[in-house]
Amino acid sequence: MAYVAVKGGADAIESSIELLKIWRSDGDLCLEVEMITTRMKQLVDRVMCEAGFYSPQYAALALKQSEGSCEEAVFLMRAYRSTLPRMHTSEPIDCSQMRLIRRISAAFKDIPFGQVLGPTYDYTHRLIDFRLSSEEEGSLQAFREQYLALVEPESSDMKAERVSEILRQEGIIASYEPDDTEPVDITQEMLMLPAARSARLQTLFRADTGFVSGVAYAGLRGYGFNAHPTVGELRSGYIEVEIAYPLDKSEAISLGEILFTEVESYISRETGTGKELSELGIEIGYGLVFGRMDTKAIAMSILDCALNYPHPHSPPNDEEFVLLHGEALEMSGFISHLKLPHYVTYQSALDNIRKTRRGEIQ
Amino acid sequence: MDESYNFAFLDEGSKREIRRAIIKAISLPGYQVPFGSRELPIGRGWGTGGLQVTLSIIGPEDTLKVIDQGSDDSVNAISIKKFISLTTGVGITEDSEEATLIQSRHRIPEIPLTDSQVLVLQVPTPEPLRGVERSLGAARQLHADKEYSSAWLMLYEQIMRYGRITLGADYPVLVDGRYVMAPSPIPRYDTLKLHNAECLYLFGAGREKMIYAVPPYTSVEPLDFEDYEFDIEDMGDRTCRLCGATGVYFDEMFDPQTGERHYQCSDTGFCSKNAQRGHTHEPGINSK
Repeated sequence: MAYVAVKGGADAIESSIELLKIWRSDGDLCLEVEMITTRMKQLVDRVMCEAGFYSPQYAALALKQSEGSCEEAVFLMRAYRSTLPRMHTSEPIDCSQMRLIRRISAAFKDIPFGQVLGPTYDYTHRLIDFRLSSEEEGSLQAFREQYLALVEPESSDMKAERVSEILRQEGIIASYEPDDTEPVDITQEMLMLPAARSARLQTLFRADTGFVSGVAYAGLRGYGFNAHPTVGELRSGYIEVEIAYPLDKSEAISLGEILFTEVESYISRETGTGKELSELGIEIGYGLVFGRMDTKAIAMSILDCALNYPHPHSPPNDEEFVLLHGEALEMSGFISHLKLPHYVTYQSALDNIRKTRRGEIQ
Repeated sequence: MDESYNFAFLDEGSKREIRRAIIKAISLPGYQVPFGSRELPIGRGWGTGGLQVTLSIIGPEDTLKVIDQGSDDSVNAISIKKFISLTTGVGITEDSEEATLIQSRHRIPEIPLTDSQVLVLQVPTPEPLRGVERSLGAARQLHADKEYSSAWLMLYEQIMRYGRITLGADYPVLVDGRYVMAPSPIPRYDTLKLHNAECLYLFGAGREKMIYAVPPYTSVEPLDFEDYEFDIEDMGDRTCRLCGATGVYFDEMFDPQTGERHYQCSDTGFCSKNAQRGHTHEPGINSK
């Protein structure tokens, strides 16, 4: 019989949870949390980004607990986040001060401070490396030592002005006064539409990676958003996060560094009218993610720009469509709730079906 | 009780904020109050709105009952109870008359609730106009203008097509003569229990981030027409095979061996109490 009509739901749940532990413990190697933080960085980054919660330790723990399910790990992180009181708000971070590990521009070949590929899979051939199945830690460590001895230490302190700064000096990109309005925080209040840009960016930052990429892709293919954006700059690097010193607000305490990837996409737009003809200018779409998730960061920048041109019949340009359906917990929660019993509601629907089939007129 | 978490899981700041939303909701019956819905350890869409309301108002003295589609034993009811009990240590009951706080998915208990009880309903879709207006912003404007013609038109179109209003559970109601409200997917059989009730009804939608309320003694009228009146599910002459009750809301079951059809009270707490008392009939509000 079904899983509600009989007694014993509690026992069934206990057994199911026990079974999870069995599935999690296949094999005889204990999965160390540190292995996940150090060797599964990209997965950890994705979990932290979608959770909106920076903690490689907890993200790795959540992944261990959930057999590596991204969906479940994000869920665990989010739920834990709800129990934490907000003690401080950091000072605004400035990505132009990023300690860079990677920085490219698809708009200009020669940019001040140069193009730095950094660690990227972009130019690898996606051939499974069968040698890794018998890789030895010793030779891996030897390679690391050799490599790190050669690289000059100062190169890890590379900082560079943003590419857009150059165009801004030329006046092609409009300059804006820094906007110090208190940003909306969608984790503290409901996302209201039309959304402030801060709410839009926060929502996209936390949104499911697949969703953001898919909708941005639809936009690129011509669903509404018919401009091919150019990656003006993609940069990855470390940014120091600081909070004001409680006793003296002019002083700051450093909490440590976070690895981010930031993207500025350039899109040509009519920016105003000249004497006779319209003038084109460049508009910037902004993307930011934890870690090195290039695709999500670019996709986010595309959607940021697309949402400036609302169109109700084009999903990538429809704010409600984009901002309300990429929330990882909400989509998985609502879809999975379909597994819950619907006996009462279905009786109600059945009642109508039966009545209309009997031709019962009110 | 797990002492490593705060009482009722959420931090005090969040609970206070949710209580503020609840007070606003009570002050504006049927109006959807947006709130900063927090993530909980259970799935969004599995009752997190109701759960946040419950966690924000529950105190150590409360006695809690949790039901899912009428059942105390449904896996989700069990899971929610287990979670609340773990983080609050409050007493749990299956007796709806004993509970001070009841969280429910899609049912209102058969025995009328009193003024010392609160019923928290889990809401999947708080927007009653969603079917006719998919945009949140536009729907809020319609509520602000009390512009409900599209909802009436939907009912009219159903009558034209099927000869009757074919809305099932979650039948839209007009609250206090002002706001059209989704009563959550309770069956139509339960809808009238909202009208002029003694107890407080709170509605929480976690995924959609809305809280709303029907305070005690508030008028709640299902949308209908003079010549096409609201009607409830036809329970005919069904009787419960466990307690013998008639005129209540039933689950329909099939015997896999004989293919026979059975009926059993949807409200399991009521059913076991009724069976113990040896009653065969309990007059609920709809058993006319």
